Amino acid sequence: MLRNLFHDASRKNMILVSGYVSPEPGRCVQCGICTYNCPIGIDVRLHAMRGEPVRDSRCLTCGECVTLCPRGVLSFEKASPASLKQGTGR
Amino acid sequence: MMRRYVIIGSGAAGVAAAETIRTLDASGLIWIVTADPDGYYSRPGLAYYLTGEAAREQLYPLPNHYWKELGLRWHVDEVERVDPEGHRLVMKGGKDLPYDRLLLATGAKALLPDTPGINLEGVLKLDTLEDADRLLKLARRGQHAVVVGGGITALELAEGLAARGMHVHYFLRGDRFWSGVLDETESRMVERRLQHDGIFLHYNTNLVEVLGRGGRVSGVRAKTGDDACEMACSVVAVAIGIRPRKELAEQAGLLVGRGIRVNQCLQTSHPDIFAAGDAAEVLDPRSGEYVLDSLWNPAIEMGSAAGRGMAGRMTPYQKLVPVNVTRLGGLVTTIIGQVAAKRDALLVDLDLPGIMRGDSEVFRQHPDAVVAQSLHDGSRLRLYLSGGRLVGALIMGEQALSRPVQRLVRSGEDLGELVPQLVAPGARLDEKLWEFVKN
Repeated sequence: MLRNLFHDASRKNMILVSGYVSPEPGRCVQCGICTYNCPIGIDVRLHAMRGEPVRDSRCLTCGECVTLCPRGVLSFEKASPASLKQGTGR
Repeated sequence: MMRRYVIIGSGAAGVAAAETIRTLDASGLIWIVTADPDGYYSRPGLAYYLTGEAAREQLYPLPNHYWKELGLRWHVDEVERVDPEGHRLVMKGGKDLPYDRLLLATGAKALLPDTPGINLEGVLKLDTLEDADRLLKLARRGQHAVVVGGGITALELAEGLAARGMHVHYFLRGDRFWSGVLDETESRMVERRLQHDGIFLHYNTNLVEVLGRGGRVSGVRAKTGDDACEMACSVVAVAIGIRPRKELAEQAGLLVGRGIRVNQCLQTSHPDIFAAGDAAEVLDPRSGEYVLDSLWNPAIEMGSAAGRGMAGRMTPYQKLVPVNVTRLGGLVTTIIGQVAAKRDALLVDLDLPGIMRGDSEVFRQHPDAVVAQSLHDGSRLRLYLSGGRLVGALIMGEQALSRPVQRLVRSGEDLGELVPQLVAPGARLDEKLWEFVKN
């Protein structure tokens, strides 16, 4: 069990440093559930409408928006080290 | 002189047109004329407002200052008629509004059956945010509601009212849910989930009369086969389909079919009047037929193409293979292209004889195709193969494959050796497709 816990924590850390939320804009109907549920107030919907990945350095990759989107618009993508440097930090 | 653009309708097509016009014409006057006092909001999001997953204010994707920055003028009123030769709109409020280019993005309206009692207070539909507000006002925990109709909107109504604590009785005229698009396995998957959520399904059941007391709904009279019954309820929610709003076009003498007929650049039969979105009937290049659909993203694409034409940059609208993503009984479902095969053509969806929201007539064009299907880990995958190509797909549950499958359908790529593997008895379609798209 401890091993599992350790594994889960490591995996979460890995996403935190190397993953980001990516939209498939063709699936989005602008309902706003993602933005409404983001714990730190990122306008995820705006990213989805524009087809832009959430490269906001405040993003916790907590997965709330990914899980709650009723249309499967959002998913986690692995980030390359180069793309991580593009984070805006806004 | 500044060009005057008038757009009738504040939905996805109308707003996309306005945004596009502004990118091409920085100084033109753009009016959006709408009878909807709530302006632009996520109409598909109404379902989640009903369930409580989305807050009302969250349904507005764009802030008020955005419209100012875009230099848009809003006019809330109903249009009495369009005068094509005089290039003006006559408003119900008595005002005239002149235009140089006009867009009819008038959308579609929900149909109501001609059942006795249908005009009683408490009979509801789901066209607008105002309708959703009315539903929530009347939804009372512990009381009974009847939902009538088929497909996505009826399901959203049933789920929304159940989420608000009502005892929901869902009447299906046929013997399963959405038989025009889903196969029996898929219908049953959805139905089981609805029943699990406490929704009572009544198959082969027709609404005969809405009963009232003091002008308000008090119950319904229904018939299941030869058995008649009465049921007390305070709400009757109806979703039996939609019809394009084409009346203004008809009155103006424009060419109409089931919707407003447009050419490839979304121009109507009058060169200065365009149409887009649910109201427009467009040519499907694959079938050569004029088709209707009621989908969010094609409405945006049509609005953008119409906006380019209005601003003088005529651009053919390329109608893509339609895709809809929806949630059926909690299962995310993607529908791509043609998903009802020829052998199913005799099946008539009694609950939805026409089109509904979230629907495309292309879904029910019956290809001469072979079907391959598999069910694994609670997810469903159904594929239509014709001439070695994928012409349609339905993906219910796990969605990882939806993007590559969409790409395969839209590109019309020859699947070659994959076809016999997909149609082999007991084939795991997901595994075969993954192998194919990875190589």
